[in-house]
Amino acid sequence: MTLLKAVLAIAFLIGGPFLGGLIVGIDRKVSARMQGRVGPPILQPFYDVAKLLGKERATVSTAQDIYIVMYLVFVVISGCLFFAGGNFLLVTLLVTMASLFLVIAAYNTRSPFAEAGAQRENLQVMAYEPMVLLTAAGFYLATGTFDVAQIGLAQSPAILKTFLLFIGFLFILTIKLRKSPFDISTSEHAHQELVKGVTTEFAGRTLARYEIAHWYETVLFLGWTALFIIWGSPVGVVVALVAVVVLYFLEIWIDNNFARVKWQVMLRYSWWAAFGLGGANILYLYIINLL
Amino acid sequence: MPLNVLLLFLVVYPAIAAGLLLLVRSDSFRGVFVPVSAALVAAGSIAVAVLFALGGGKPVALSFECEAIDVVLALVDALIAISIAVIAGRGHKPWIVLLAIIQLALLAVNELAVAPRASVFTPIYVDTLSVIMALVIGIIGTGITVYAIGYMRDFQRHADSDRRHVFFAVMWIFLTGMYLIVFSNNLAWLFCGWEITTVCSFLLIGYTRTEEATRNAFRQIWMNLLGGLAFACANIVSGLFGIGELTQLIALGQLSPTVVTTFVVTLLGFAAITKAAQMPFHTWLLGAMVAPTPTSALLHSSTMVKAGCFLLIKLAPACGLNIPGIMLMLVGGFTFMMTSIMAITQSNAKRVLAYSTIANLGLIVACAGIGSPLATWAAIFLLIFHAAAKSLLFLCVGTAEHHIGSRNIEDMDSLFSRMPRLSRFMVIGMLVMFIAPFGMLISKWAAFQAFIDSYNIGLVLMLAFGSAATFFFWAKWIGKVSASARSEVSVEQGVHASEWLAITLMAVLAIACTLLFPLISYFVVDPYLGVSTGVGLDNLWLLSALALVVVAVMVGISGRPSGKGRTLPVYLSGVSLDGDDRVFSDSMQQPLEATQRNWYMEGVFSEEKLRRVGQVVGTFILLWGVVAALTFMMGIGGGL
Repeated sequence: MTLLKAVLAIAFLIGGPFLGGLIVGIDRKVSARMQGRVGPPILQPFYDVAKLLGKERATVSTAQDIYIVMYLVFVVISGCLFFAGGNFLLVTLLVTMASLFLVIAAYNTRSPFAEAGAQRENLQVMAYEPMVLLTAAGFYLATGTFDVAQIGLAQSPAILKTFLLFIGFLFILTIKLRKSPFDISTSEHAHQELVKGVTTEFAGRTLARYEIAHWYETVLFLGWTALFIIWGSPVGVVVALVAVVVLYFLEIWIDNNFARVKWQVMLRYSWWAAFGLGGANILYLYIINLL
Repeated sequence: MPLNVLLLFLVVYPAIAAGLLLLVRSDSFRGVFVPVSAALVAAGSIAVAVLFALGGGKPVALSFECEAIDVVLALVDALIAISIAVIAGRGHKPWIVLLAIIQLALLAVNELAVAPRASVFTPIYVDTLSVIMALVIGIIGTGITVYAIGYMRDFQRHADSDRRHVFFAVMWIFLTGMYLIVFSNNLAWLFCGWEITTVCSFLLIGYTRTEEATRNAFRQIWMNLLGGLAFACANIVSGLFGIGELTQLIALGQLSPTVVTTFVVTLLGFAAITKAAQMPFHTWLLGAMVAPTPTSALLHSSTMVKAGCFLLIKLAPACGLNIPGIMLMLVGGFTFMMTSIMAITQSNAKRVLAYSTIANLGLIVACAGIGSPLATWAAIFLLIFHAAAKSLLFLCVGTAEHHIGSRNIEDMDSLFSRMPRLSRFMVIGMLVMFIAPFGMLISKWAAFQAFIDSYNIGLVLMLAFGSAATFFFWAKWIGKVSASARSEVSVEQGVHASEWLAITLMAVLAIACTLLFPLISYFVVDPYLGVSTGVGLDNLWLLSALALVVVAVMVGISGRPSGKGRTLPVYLSGVSLDGDDRVFSDSMQQPLEATQRNWYMEGVFSEEKLRRVGQVVGTFILLWGVVAALTFMMGIGGGL
């Protein structure tokens, strides 16, 4: 068991960026096809990052570069902890620390564009945080533990008892994956009013590290999604994988079909989703636990 | 030295020191006497902790044969009530005079008719919680008085008359009151300490004698007098049933929540809620920030509000799913959520700190209301980390204010460049307050688990939303402070040595508590509560290691060019004028600086509206609690 946990953690550490980069590459290809374009090669994200890593060392602020390293480090640590079957709540808390480093990095240069992006990134964290905490509470009430390993090896999938939480989670997953209509802080698509938001001042190696952290994050958040569906049998693993593929396709579709909303709309919707769906589901879990 | 002598020293010495500070008005005397006294009291507190640990960490109950003490403390109570009545009379506040007179009447009833019936065998009681509090008071509380030496020197430059001797004397009397609270088992003695802290904070808040300070001081006193009245009633009721000791009360309440304990614990809970500045009484702590900054640091970190928390954590075993427990859970959870959101709208650093204090005390109150061992574990650690981090933050903000001329967060832009050392301490204080691998958040995690276990869905939701707001208001403050500007020069040369000493002490304490968290939990708090570490010892070690890394990065980071590679200006759409700053050429070819304010979102979360909602809901919950407890007592105890 311990060996399996270690293997999974190391698999994430080494394989995470490859899988994440691949997902982003496929994402770009599928998006292009949805828009009637041919699109870049699937391996394009790797070419991009390789090129960024080879660029001249030039930066706006050395402090910013260090904060981005910390962002990457905390994403990797929380991901390893998750895939090693650690405490789910702890994983979510460490991801929040990673986000804080990203916000500080964007503030650091005092660039007007990056700083506006930082405010928005900060707001995004506030928008999704209640739902993440309620998801953790839901797992705990449904399975009796915060332990990812035990949740994943349960007799039946957690989603049977946490369906509403799952819907609410998909809502904020769009924020976490930086997908439109909620790509408010980074302006992932095109050159918009914020230039490139939080990432405006990142260049060369620092931008490459940011991209790699984003790949790790993508794998981690898809792992959270799978945790709802997986149960302790090989069939469970297959079903979870298929479900994640379908859901990610859904995210790409949403990304391509919705225009970016204002932050007020994002905050209101995600808090109401957390309150309504999350609250109702937790109430339900309390009732069935009491009966 | 035996324990009882040390305890006596800790209670009496600060009072003597206060007397000397009042009599000898020379600043140079204070400059020597305060640090020496602080060191003595800190050493005394540590000695108590060591003796206690050598005794195996078991609670120590001491008897004390001296009738005179009861009389002296009763006289102190009466004197406090009378002087409040006189001051309020001079300030034309008839309601406060009335409250003080009722207080006096209750005291008289208690002393003459009830007290002789209440049995007190061991008036002094020291357990792990008392020792933790003694360390907080002895190290953090006295450290703040050392800070005040340099701070008040700067402060005095803008004042007309020199009343600093009063300021220092009151601060030191405060410590006597606190020690009296944490070591007393006799409810009457505890009450005396309670009233001393009330009147001391009244004097400190009103210190500057401006109109605003006086108004806020009176607000503080009427709110805390209400709490004092509840406490006095609790003493009378418990005395009528022969209970004169806190431990007796808790043991009875734990055994079976009887009529009397339900009512008495509810009243004491009410008193603690006023002291811990929970809604609807939170406004007095916000008003306290008009006072010189050491006052805020003292009230928020080691005294006053912590007296309320101390009493509640003591009472936790008698709480749970009963009337006082539910009242505390609701008030605490609700206050946490509301004040966390209200902090978003504030740009005044001291006001943000005040809201954050009220929010964290809300969590402690809610945890005490749940009363389970895990919840109590969380409450104790919230108290420890809050004491260290909040004192550090107040001291940093106070010093920053004197050197950049503002306590507005917007004016702290790029403080990393302007006050390199101070701003790093400030950021560490903030990190300890709100984010994972640091202490407060780990305690919050345990609180979250305890909330879920308590089957209180309202608490779970309130914590989820409140935490999200907490992230937002701290992150934007850290962001502003840690921005680096290349053209700024450092302005922190003039910071007084006593300020550096105290700030460094607080920072070391905050970091030490974070790193030693697993050990404190395993060796101190777990045995006290009889539980295994709240969130898992392995997780604690992991977090402690991560915290060390983050602290090292934040302290070590410079923002200066590294020597490797070029340094570029920021992107300004190709129209920037000078490389460093945010100046660009506008459409009329004139230089214009791009500026940016943090988001305060007053339109979404209006402070005024939230305050009104908070006061109505808070009042409702408290009224419900007291009326329910009273009905319960009348209903079952009607035959008595």
